Amino acid sequence: MLSARLLTAALICSFLAIPALAAEPTGTLKKVKDSRAISLGHRESSIPFSYYDDKQQVIGYSHEIMLKAVEAVKADVKVSDLQIKAVPVTSQNRIPLIQNGTIDIECGSTTNNTERQKQVSFSNTIFIIGTRLLTKKDSGIKDFADLAGKNVVTTAGTTSERLLRKMNDDKKMGMNVISAKDHGESFLTLETSRAVAFMMDDALLYGELAKARKPGDWAVVGTPQSREAYGCMLPKDDAAFKKVIDDAIAKVMVSGEAEKIYAKWFMSPIPPKGLNLNFPLSDDMKALYKAPNDKAFE
Amino acid sequence: MAYAWHWEIFLQPAASGETTYLGWMLAGFETTIALSLAAWIMALVLGAFMGVLRTVPNRLWAGMAAIYVELFRNVPLLVQLFIWYFVLPELLPQAWGNAFKQLNPFLQQFLAAHVCLGFFTSARVCEQVRSGIESLPRGQKNAGLALGLTLPQVYRHVLLPMAFRLIVPPLTSEFLNIFKNSAVASTIGLLELAAQGRQLVDYTAQPYESFIAITALYMLINIVVMTAMRRLELRVRVPGYIGGK
Repeated sequence: MLSARLLTAALICSFLAIPALAAEPTGTLKKVKDSRAISLGHRESSIPFSYYDDKQQVIGYSHEIMLKAVEAVKADVKVSDLQIKAVPVTSQNRIPLIQNGTIDIECGSTTNNTERQKQVSFSNTIFIIGTRLLTKKDSGIKDFADLAGKNVVTTAGTTSERLLRKMNDDKKMGMNVISAKDHGESFLTLETSRAVAFMMDDALLYGELAKARKPGDWAVVGTPQSREAYGCMLPKDDAAFKKVIDDAIAKVMVSGEAEKIYAKWFMSPIPPKGLNLNFPLSDDMKALYKAPNDKAFE
Repeated sequence: MAYAWHWEIFLQPAASGETTYLGWMLAGFETTIALSLAAWIMALVLGAFMGVLRTVPNRLWAGMAAIYVELFRNVPLLVQLFIWYFVLPELLPQAWGNAFKQLNPFLQQFLAAHVCLGFFTSARVCEQVRSGIESLPRGQKNAGLALGLTLPQVYRHVLLPMAFRLIVPPLTSEFLNIFKNSAVASTIGLLELAAQGRQLVDYTAQPYESFIAITALYMLINIVVMTAMRRLELRVRVPGYIGGK
């Protein structure tokens, strides 16, 4: 019934093409308007996308883009004193929390893939990464083939975990795959030499590097195993809400604002340690900023 | 809430390990049972020993047992687990720490969780044993001593056989708790039942089926334990005491 109403709303909008005559908001927009509050899902240690700074404030590239999108939602529902609630989420609980409505939107480091699209919707892509390895400079690990028979850590519930286990099975590499609770714990596992390498999205690996006691000891190596598109997670099939968010993200990107946000988080010193990730804008990202889209890579 | 139920997900081939998602669940189920039973045996043995020490007349021994209980009972389980798994190997002499860290990760996680759950639960078992012993009338101990039994003999033949029979009901709760507490091991990456449940969510994006399935499996364990302990309770109850006739 809900989708029928959405469809009607969408049809009316598209035929009239006059926003002022659009039907009363439905779905998430209605919920936000009625409760005068929006709940944002954020991560606690996805540096530099969404994490706590030393004052326990949520900051990061994805978070900043999410706040831009929230501004657009605020304008759309015309609630000037919109209350913004920040809810910390993990890799494991973020999908259920979107589904049961605890959070209305989550922008962190969530990969948009077809499996997940069965349960949630994704906004325009906000970042594109490759999955690589973080290892000690003197570990002798140069690429994924060097991992045979070794202990390798990755974060539970990520696409890297999936790829790593599959690689282990397909190529009979005999790796011991350790699945840690979050990126911080994965790095701790690497740092205490329980594992020789940490497989994760390259941008996050640079983020962990920034937290390390001696950032100079570590290096990101290996051929990227996959390209992944990060998107903001939204409730499934809520076209009106998705459109507001998508438009806001597209606007940020096309206007050149996104490039400035990128430079702030990836090309200049960031909290907590004031380290510069020095992770230049990739060609994938340049293309994305020119033509924002919500395509998944897998 | 719009949710697409897919119960058939359990029969689909899992992403790794040449099994189905049901196979993953059962592997986690086995790990949970193995971990909990191993920890329970440790907790019973250590707890009984410490419980006896808590009640001996020697102040020094009783005091040490009291410190033991407070230490393991008052620190949150999760913190204890992180100390065993992350902190302790760094405090050991480097060679030992490295030797531990080179073990198979499953073994490392299992050992850390086993020791952690064992000590934590032993402190609670210890208090049950102490309360069992202290609930007996003083006269029993004194009568034993007056008969010429030594103190260890009084414990062995008079106090403990009675105390253990009295504390079966509270021990049942501790036994049930250890299965539930074993879920903390998922935080250090041990793939027990709760961890497999979450992993299933990640791989299939079907959270409700996964959580319902692990809930059912935990309930199954606990119903079996409860039934078995209830039978034991009926068999060993003391006539004239709580629950006895």
